[in-house]
Amino acid sequence: MTVTLLYFAWVREKVGCAREDVDVPASIATVADLIDWLRTRGPEYENAFTRAEVIRTAINQTHVKPSAPLTGAREIAFFPPVTGG
Amino acid sequence: MTVRVQTEPFDLTTEVAALTAGRTDIGAIVTFTGTVRGQSNGRPLASMTLEHYPGMTEAELARVEAQAHARWPLQASLIIHRVGTLLPGDGIVLVIAASPHRQAAFDAANYLMDYLKTRAPFWKKETASDGSGDWVDARESDDAALTRWET
Repeated sequence: MTVTLLYFAWVREKVGCAREDVDVPASIATVADLIDWLRTRGPEYENAFTRAEVIRTAINQTHVKPSAPLTGAREIAFFPPVTGG
Repeated sequence: MTVRVQTEPFDLTTEVAALTAGRTDIGAIVTFTGTVRGQSNGRPLASMTLEHYPGMTEAELARVEAQAHARWPLQASLIIHRVGTLLPGDGIVLVIAASPHRQAAFDAANYLMDYLKTRAPFWKKETASDGSGDWVDARESDDAALTRWET
């Protein structure tokens, strides 16, 4: 399925882009699977997602856990723990 | 219930006046202002830049505000969070909670900040006077603060 991936803060800096449309293989079922798959796409992705436990994810602008399924995802964002306020 | 994400500075007096205009039923107004400190990790700060996730930012702030209204008898509330480049001393965030009596206003303002700090998608980058920039790390104390609101 085609999804829009968004990257923020140092995840964006390491990946080298803020957004991209990607064709995700049907075998990728969860957020954790997607992160594992993204890491294989190039050294910049490996660098950004090297400590996957630090990365937070949102699907369609809602926080999700790594076990969340990708069903219905249109927009998936990856970012460090938030630091607003 | 109002949420604003903006680059412009905010003025506390103006916002309180707007929130209470024409009302005489409010008994307690509590405000919180977060400001940019001029020192970080012992070094002087030149500026701070706030990035955010347009769309999700407003949605998360609206979600936490609705939660506060469901939990406490609030008559009005406001969250303003700035983005862009800010200088030491600048206001970053303003939270206002209004209710008939003070306990709800104090608790709701505290709750709004605890949730904002852990869920609202903003990220701070601090720039030192030599131009070097560092992303601020999230604090464990912020995650721990959420537990005080569990019932």
